[in-house]
Amino acid sequence: MYRYDNYDFALVRERVAQFRDQLARWQSGALSDDEFRPLRLQNGLYVQRHAPMLRIAVPYAMLSSAQLRALAHVARTWDRGYGHFTTRHNMQFNWPRIEDCPDILDYLSQFEMHAIQTSGNCIRNVTTDQFAGIAPDELIDPRPLAEILRQWSTFHPEFAFLPRKFKIAISGTREDRALTWFHDVGLHLNLDAQGKPCFRVIVGGGLGRTPIRGEVVRESLPWEHILTYLEAILRVYNLHGRRDNLYKARIKILVQALGIEEFSRQVEAEWAHLKDGPGTLTQAEYDRVQAHFGAPAYRTLPAEDPDFLRHKAEDKAFARWVSRCVHPHRVQGYAAVTLSLKAPGQAPGDITAEQMEAAARLADAFSFGEARSSHEQNLILADVEQGRLHELWLAAKALNLATPSVGLLTDMICCPGGDFCDLANAKSIPIANAIQARFSDLDYLFDLGDLDLNISGCMNACGHHHVGHIGILGVDKNDAEFYQITLGGRQGSDARTGKVIGPSFSAAEVPDAVEKIINVYLAHRHQEETFLDTFDRIGPEPFKNKVYEDRAHGKAKSRNEEVTP
Amino acid sequence: MSTLIKNKRIVADPWQTLSPEESPAAAPLPEGDILFPLSVWQLRRNEIISSHKRIGLWLEPDTDLAPLEADLQYFVVIAINFPKFADGRGYSLARLLRERYHYEGEIRATGDVLHDQLFLMQRVGFDAWALKDGKDAAQALEAFATFKTPYQGAVDEPLPLFRRRTP
Repeated sequence: MYRYDNYDFALVRERVAQFRDQLARWQSGALSDDEFRPLRLQNGLYVQRHAPMLRIAVPYAMLSSAQLRALAHVARTWDRGYGHFTTRHNMQFNWPRIEDCPDILDYLSQFEMHAIQTSGNCIRNVTTDQFAGIAPDELIDPRPLAEILRQWSTFHPEFAFLPRKFKIAISGTREDRALTWFHDVGLHLNLDAQGKPCFRVIVGGGLGRTPIRGEVVRESLPWEHILTYLEAILRVYNLHGRRDNLYKARIKILVQALGIEEFSRQVEAEWAHLKDGPGTLTQAEYDRVQAHFGAPAYRTLPAEDPDFLRHKAEDKAFARWVSRCVHPHRVQGYAAVTLSLKAPGQAPGDITAEQMEAAARLADAFSFGEARSSHEQNLILADVEQGRLHELWLAAKALNLATPSVGLLTDMICCPGGDFCDLANAKSIPIANAIQARFSDLDYLFDLGDLDLNISGCMNACGHHHVGHIGILGVDKNDAEFYQITLGGRQGSDARTGKVIGPSFSAAEVPDAVEKIINVYLAHRHQEETFLDTFDRIGPEPFKNKVYEDRAHGKAKSRNEEVTP
Repeated sequence: MSTLIKNKRIVADPWQTLSPEESPAAAPLPEGDILFPLSVWQLRRNEIISSHKRIGLWLEPDTDLAPLEADLQYFVVIAINFPKFADGRGYSLARLLRERYHYEGEIRATGDVLHDQLFLMQRVGFDAWALKDGKDAAQALEAFATFKTPYQGAVDEPLPLFRRRTP
């Protein structure tokens, strides 16, 4: 993975000094709360329901074992012994003291980590596919360009005060695993007719209050132009994006208002001035960065390891784990492994300091000292020998990191929700736990097969509820917490948002509603059909009829009935 | 006379800003160094040119610069207003003035201008700052040294670090 040079270290250290000074000026009253807020947000520091929250960047998901240990040290020293992986690869600490944050960041800077632009109305952490570099369907490893984008976006002088946050995702595979159609900018790395790397540039996607699938603004952009082209997009957005209404300030609203043709025309006009300028990337820079992402020292291994096959045949629990948590690798004899952070009763994405250190040990022992965080809020070991999977499984099981549920109903994506977040309308973790408790039978879960259930505590959609096959959204109705259910959303190349099925439910009703939805699927499915296949074939009506069978169709119960079911 | 940060020093500011209400179509124009709002400039352009040797222009952040291109030669100072410091349009305007329109006079930030924005503002072409009232200009001077070697090319250093990096 990328390692800092002296320039990178200097910038991160200067940032710590800058933030320490800003904090001191805020404490002295020289900076007002309103003046300090955007500054601390651009350094990942929120003031939350109970305590501040500090969000540490995990650029394009890559973590070294040393970084995992450093995060464990932070969790233990300055927090309550755990952290939380977000849906954008980052790690959040929910209980630091504000005055400790400069020391935390100073400590992390030694390990090439920071909180730069993990929040605020600026260019955020660039995300990608958790299997970047090892996926069999990969055309180009997106990580060198993701790192180049990280550097370009860090303290970009023109775009630090955009109308709203700006998120870029980059994917280099045939199947999109980075949710690129639902980012402010989504980039697909591809090869053009001459075999030269190029980007498809998608703009104006997003979840949140107004979910919109992005549109292609340029089908094929030669790779060396990516920075100048992005500057053209950002300049049009910076000058013309709405600043009068927080909910209409994302670039998707500008793209919708102008239409993609007019937006594209403005971008191209701006780009005509920037194209071939000094921001044009050089092969030397690409090569310099790419050298950090060379293949590790893979061994020559058989395609199928006999011990692995034997264990799989003899041990049903191991075979189950393999079927859900082991993923194909482009190098023969290797596999990628998901260490699940979705154990029953645990808040999805939460990880204790002990688990971080244990994951670091596993990364050192099994995967060249590197790990990744996924937007599904799990950890990944990307380069494991097939012949050592059984040994790894035993170790992970002992650490409660081997829940064999990846891609199943209980592998939920879930935001921190009303237990922690100030923005939330409703709690989300208790809903996740209630669903986990209801669907705890593994045989049953395996029989259900692939099923994404995503939960967000508010419209901001951090839990990606729009793209869950089943999506659950916390809403506020007259100061009470309710949950709206959507069906049919999905990630991937065919990404789209689900549709609301009807009136919302109280927290206590949600597990029943989910169970009814599952039962409709089981009653209608043809052999080998996934939940989504069945849904696409039969449509939402059978689900609605079952879920609302006790209610006048399409009519909410009165509030009293809902509060006391 | 109020003070100004210019070329990273605190100096006296001879420029006065005129409000559009103070200069309707017929009232006499004040003498001295005046920052004229764009609406006044558009209304009384020839009169201003004949009566003032040094002319300043005062812009709101929603200004379209393209129609002003031919007029830029008249201005010694262009002030860009920041109604709120978190409104970042002025950064693009300053950069366009320098890079696209090759404007070489003073570009000053005015309005809700604070210590922590100075570093990035100098990168995109500002060279003068009228800080918000009550803010400590001497302390704000420290902001110019926040980062030694940023990654991107901009007005202060056209070449991005990747074109200058030495191992």
